[in-house]
Amino acid sequence: MEELLWLDRALHIFFGVLWIGLLYYFNFVQVPAMAEAAADADGPGPAAIGKYVAPRALLYFRHAALGTWITGAYYMMSTYGHTAAWKLGWGLESLSITYIGIGAWLGTIMLFNVWVLIWPNQKKILGIVPATDEEKATAKRIAFLASRSNTAMSIPMLMFMMATTHGLPFF
Amino acid sequence: MNPLDTIKGTLIAGFVLAAVLAYLAKCIAGM
Repeated sequence: MEELLWLDRALHIFFGVLWIGLLYYFNFVQVPAMAEAAADADGPGPAAIGKYVAPRALLYFRHAALGTWITGAYYMMSTYGHTAAWKLGWGLESLSITYIGIGAWLGTIMLFNVWVLIWPNQKKILGIVPATDEEKATAKRIAFLASRSNTAMSIPMLMFMMATTHGLPFF
Repeated sequence: MNPLDTIKGTLIAGFVLAAVLAYLAKCIAGM
């Protein structure tokens, strides 16, 4: 399988761009747009975004997250051994392995947020599963904070992914 | 106030986390 690692790496980058691109779309574009549409009494409202855009964006988003993690974990474990990077290169005195390990753990926490906190709550918000108004309000807050946490974590996550081969931008 | 409530606060939180983790990474790797 070693001869196919280039393909695995290419897929990891493709899924990663798709995942984080959609994460930034949600945080920088859709959430503010939905709020503005809801507040605009004379406008068309946010219903069309919720019905036609959000479910499609979430479909690509959550599967891209899964694809990114699987291809990344496979690449990391093939390159650095099965456990070294997960253990942050402890005792190995290798900055590269520590860096990729920290990036991998950040990505893993972010994947957890997508599938355990964001997607189940988005299903309630979008009406894919039944929920009361009170449950929807709670779901909205949890999904929002998980998404914002992922946006914040994406900064060190991408920095450590790059740092493995290019070094850190400071220190 | 939760910094994650605004885009600006979210980005600042991300860069602060990056700086803290960079320091910890150096300590873990023994550099």
